[in-house]
Amino acid sequence: MSQTKRVVVAMSGGVDSSVTAALLKEQGYEVIGMMMRLWSEPGKESENRCCTLDDMSTARSIAALLDIPFYAIDAKDVFRSTVVQYFIDGYSQGITPNPCIICNRKIRWEFLLDRALAMGADYLATGHYARLDKSDHGAIQLLKGIDEGKDQSYVLHVLNQEKLAHALFPLGGYTKQQVREMAARFNLPTASRSDSQDLCFLGSGSYQDFLERNIPSVVNPGAIITPDGEKIGEHQGLAFYTIGQRRGLGIASRKPFYVMEKDIASNTLVIGPKEALGKSKLTAHHVNWIAGKPPKNPIQVIVKIRYRARGARGTVTPLERNHIHIQFEEPLRDITPGQAAVLFHGDICLGGGIIKKQGKS
Amino acid sequence: MYKEKIYLDYAATTPLDGRVLEAMLPYFSGNFGNPSSIHRFGQQAEAALESARKKIAGILNAQIHEIIFTACGSESDNLALRGASLAARKERNANHILISPVEHHAVSKTAEQLAALHGFELEILPIDTYGAVSAKDVTRRLRSETAVVSVMHANNEIGTINPITDIGSVCQERGIPFHTDAVQSAAHLPVDIDALNVDLLSIGAHKFYGPKGVGALYVRSGISLEASLTGGVQEFGLRAGTENIPYIVGMAEALSLVKDEYDQRDSHVKMLRDRIIGQVLETIPDVKLTGHATQRLPNHASFIFRGVDGNNLLMLLDMAGFACSSGSACKTGNPKPSGVLTALGFSHDWSLGSLRVTVGKDTSVNDVNAFLNTLPSIIAKERRI
Repeated sequence: MSQTKRVVVAMSGGVDSSVTAALLKEQGYEVIGMMMRLWSEPGKESENRCCTLDDMSTARSIAALLDIPFYAIDAKDVFRSTVVQYFIDGYSQGITPNPCIICNRKIRWEFLLDRALAMGADYLATGHYARLDKSDHGAIQLLKGIDEGKDQSYVLHVLNQEKLAHALFPLGGYTKQQVREMAARFNLPTASRSDSQDLCFLGSGSYQDFLERNIPSVVNPGAIITPDGEKIGEHQGLAFYTIGQRRGLGIASRKPFYVMEKDIASNTLVIGPKEALGKSKLTAHHVNWIAGKPPKNPIQVIVKIRYRARGARGTVTPLERNHIHIQFEEPLRDITPGQAAVLFHGDICLGGGIIKKQGKS
Repeated sequence: MYKEKIYLDYAATTPLDGRVLEAMLPYFSGNFGNPSSIHRFGQQAEAALESARKKIAGILNAQIHEIIFTACGSESDNLALRGASLAARKERNANHILISPVEHHAVSKTAEQLAALHGFELEILPIDTYGAVSAKDVTRRLRSETAVVSVMHANNEIGTINPITDIGSVCQERGIPFHTDAVQSAAHLPVDIDALNVDLLSIGAHKFYGPKGVGALYVRSGISLEASLTGGVQEFGLRAGTENIPYIVGMAEALSLVKDEYDQRDSHVKMLRDRIIGQVLETIPDVKLTGHATQRLPNHASFIFRGVDGNNLLMLLDMAGFACSSGSACKTGNPKPSGVLTALGFSHDWSLGSLRVTVGKDTSVNDVNAFLNTLPSIIAKERRI
């Protein structure tokens, strides 16, 4: 076998994945570009934020510029049956799912990684802003990207040692600004995909419209109540609200109200003033520990409860069946079941899980 | 860093022959005139145009004015189907179009549009297990109001050659215009319009070592067509637009070379094809040849492998340095089985795993051997995914 390592780069046509491919090629890897065709609602294919035909032709021309092979592979069915189904199921159950997490787990780092390995690749590389520390002969560590504002380790917390052994994140050691400069040096287009958190398969529409089209049962009006149980309004269906939300509650009041809780059993939305909002503990499930196993004792960590959330100090206690309990030092306003709670120790991402429930004290 | 690439996709396109390029070069900037101009520049261009037309007419055994230049084989198919259907409706109120189920999209989509937009009744002929149409089945379906019949000479995906002469003769008896898409076959089979009994015949230059972007339609004298591109009176009023002289000259030169070198090319590619078919069927389990074993294009081998994803197979082959094609191949990664294989009645677990290997005059025995040495392990690998 040749000494040259073969790497598949997940390309999107954007500046990050293009620079990823260029850097790896420059470093002497045998680089293959790949792009997945993901599912869009029928008739809305041209609006998909990840993989329109325009994106694909951009990626294809970048691959040609870099003189690397490029293949489009179809992931529509698997994306529909995992990511989209997860999204729909989550909202049907009243939580606020984060489909990007399941996409990284099941699509990028399972479906695509399997394809890459089947092509004889040693690695799958993406343009994520995260770093890997493979220096130690022990466990591989996932580290935050150097560019704190761009760090994407949050969505990568689902990776295990086996997958990390095949992962490369060449951009993690650079800032976005440096990546743009490298793009210019490689004569690559520098257009950036918007950092909007809208989901790729929603296109230009809102998630509320998508839910109404795909799960009509989410339109399910019920009472809006205060923590004391007083009814002060009507909601359109719990799926349309998220914890910590202030706007769009339809409550006339001098004091702003926030969504505190969604009580599925009674189909009521509990709202309250800002001071009533904080919760200081949570339980998460489906936990992945990047090192491969949970710590033996409770540990002090920094927790991110959303992709763009600031880290909050807390103590995590491993529980049975891949659950964890987190006690925060200060209450947080928007602990949201369905989102991921991701644990950090300094720059090291320890892993994380999906928030199951939140609680006071 | 990558292995030497071996091209085994001559049915998709062919490299331009160096001699063809030589013939074309004078007509880009030296002899650049517009053939419609009165002056000497125009006269020179017109001379080149008409001598190309004469050359092609001679090779096809046609009259000079029966050759219409177009921009590609697909355009020729469009002009034939749309032009003949609309003219037949105008002249004799014809309303029926008869095509095979394994036509190139240039024919089938045009016929579907004629049905959808213009109200024609589109009827699809049956095929046998090799994808061939029988003259008998055509006879049974011909009507006095049939506007046009279109059956391809040889299929691009599975290589099967249709009995065009017989089909043409039943159409001629009934006076129904008969079109054949000879885009694949023109590089490999004798195309004599009288021997084939055709009224309309499409070719595209890039399939026979000519340039991309030029084609021709043979239109038998007396067959009425409505114009496809309206405008000036170029191409006897059937196809407006200034003629693409260098490309037309190139096509004529390329077709002359097909004729001149017919025997040597034919025996060379046949030998390679038979080697591929024989060895693949012998060395790989769960494989079928698609199309007819002998009534097929001499350079064309096509297979289906059970439990294989054709698109993945093509990627793996490409990574190993072999450029092939697949009936279900689509660059956007859509894994639908091809219409042709579906029409042949293959089940899903077979029809997704199609592979087309087409060789050319420059393919060497070593190329084919290297391919045959690699394919079994790649199929085994793909089946494990």
